[in-house]
Amino acid sequence: MPRLLRSAAACLTALSLLASNPPIVSAQRPPTIAAAANLNFALREVADRFARAAGNRVELVFGASGTLTRQIQDGAPFEMFLAADEEFPNQLAKAGLTRDAGEIYAVGRLALFAPRGSPLQVDERLDGLARLLKGGGVTRFAIANPEVAPYGRAAEAVLRKHGLWDGIRPRLVLGDTIAQAAQFATTGNAVGGLVAYSLVLAELKDRGTHAVIPAADYPPLRQRMTLLKNAGPIVERFYRYVQEADARAILEKHGFAVPQ
Amino acid sequence: MDWDALRVSLWLGAGTIALLLPWGIWFGRLLAVREFRGKLLVEALVTVPLVLPPTVLGFYLLVAFGVRSPLGKAFQAVAGQPLPFSFEGLLVASAIANIPFVVQPIQRGFEAIPLDVRDAAACCGLTPWQRFVRIEAPLAWPGILTAAILTFAHTLGEFGVVLMVGGNLPGETRTLSVAIYDRMQAFDDRSAGVMAAALLAIAVATLMATTTLARRVGRRRG
Repeated sequence: MPRLLRSAAACLTALSLLASNPPIVSAQRPPTIAAAANLNFALREVADRFARAAGNRVELVFGASGTLTRQIQDGAPFEMFLAADEEFPNQLAKAGLTRDAGEIYAVGRLALFAPRGSPLQVDERLDGLARLLKGGGVTRFAIANPEVAPYGRAAEAVLRKHGLWDGIRPRLVLGDTIAQAAQFATTGNAVGGLVAYSLVLAELKDRGTHAVIPAADYPPLRQRMTLLKNAGPIVERFYRYVQEADARAILEKHGFAVPQ
Repeated sequence: MDWDALRVSLWLGAGTIALLLPWGIWFGRLLAVREFRGKLLVEALVTVPLVLPPTVLGFYLLVAFGVRSPLGKAFQAVAGQPLPFSFEGLLVASAIANIPFVVQPIQRGFEAIPLDVRDAAACCGLTPWQRFVRIEAPLAWPGILTAAILTFAHTLGEFGVVLMVGGNLPGETRTLSVAIYDRMQAFDDRSAGVMAAALLAIAVATLMATTTLARRVGRRRG
């Protein structure tokens, strides 16, 4: 018994030691920025470039725009918010939680993606999807949850426009974020999905086939960013940096259209 | 491997034990040795977090302590920051979620002490405190240790309430289990796999430890 006790106690002590300074000491941590999940790779690159150029690091937390909006309303300590649409930042601005109305920093694009080995043939008019659906070949199809993710809303609009919404609804798997939807679309459990083009370029393009959906088929994904009430100088600089040529080039490389 | 997340997880586990164990020993012993009216209800309430979906707890904590609620505003005025989306908030949520994991093994531990041992100790003229320290605590020790280990392991595995109340803030509320989810969404399956394996190893080690302890208690009882 004492031997076992001692070894258990030693384990616990070792674990606690490993975990040196407690998380409560948070004063010197870099400022935290909330960003829509479609920016997962693009914004990381922008932040890395910013760190090299300005010498300051910022922490990025990715999520669905709706989820992040809710967290900001509940008091999450973010200093800046980059959304996937305009509605969510406007909601925060109306609630008096932002510095101002903010700026549109990018316009997102939606793409149809099918993983390798999927029976789905991708095309920008969704004809292949319609055929597969009619033939009963759609097992699962991934989109982001339209309630919290603007890319999910855009996907719903596209499916509705092509008259596929009612038929495909029982087959939909909803990702919490567009990144999770992309995850679902690649695992092979779904025949494919409507995902952010930025995620296709960053991660999916070698894992299957894709087609960019024409911008006219869904309300534009104008992505707005705002400084939040507690924004400090580092984040203010980052906010300006996102609008500069270096950052815009990165966003364009990741498939976004950037406003002139 | 996200070492920051591991650090947060370990601190959360240790903090939850530190916060809960003293109360758990007091309350578990009380439930073991006393009979009182409404004991059944109290025992049920203690067990509720075991069957409650973590989202329910997360919902109530956010509603009660979010900056939009009067309670949350009061807390912010005193503490200078809101309770949700902070490590302290996670600690509160984790403490509530772990009440049954602390109280039940400790209660079983004290129940396993035969009544005549306690009577004999009282007859020897020991004060209640001496009885507790010299007789009961050493005998109930496996139960107490089981409680600590279970709490630690359960805290490491908590996901829903951590994500809801903590919000995935690196270095503060991003625990290992949340980091796995975060890495998955970033298509970083390698990191997610390493962290998942780490949590699996900890879980297996924990269960082995608690099973060994439970056998000890069983042997003594028999």
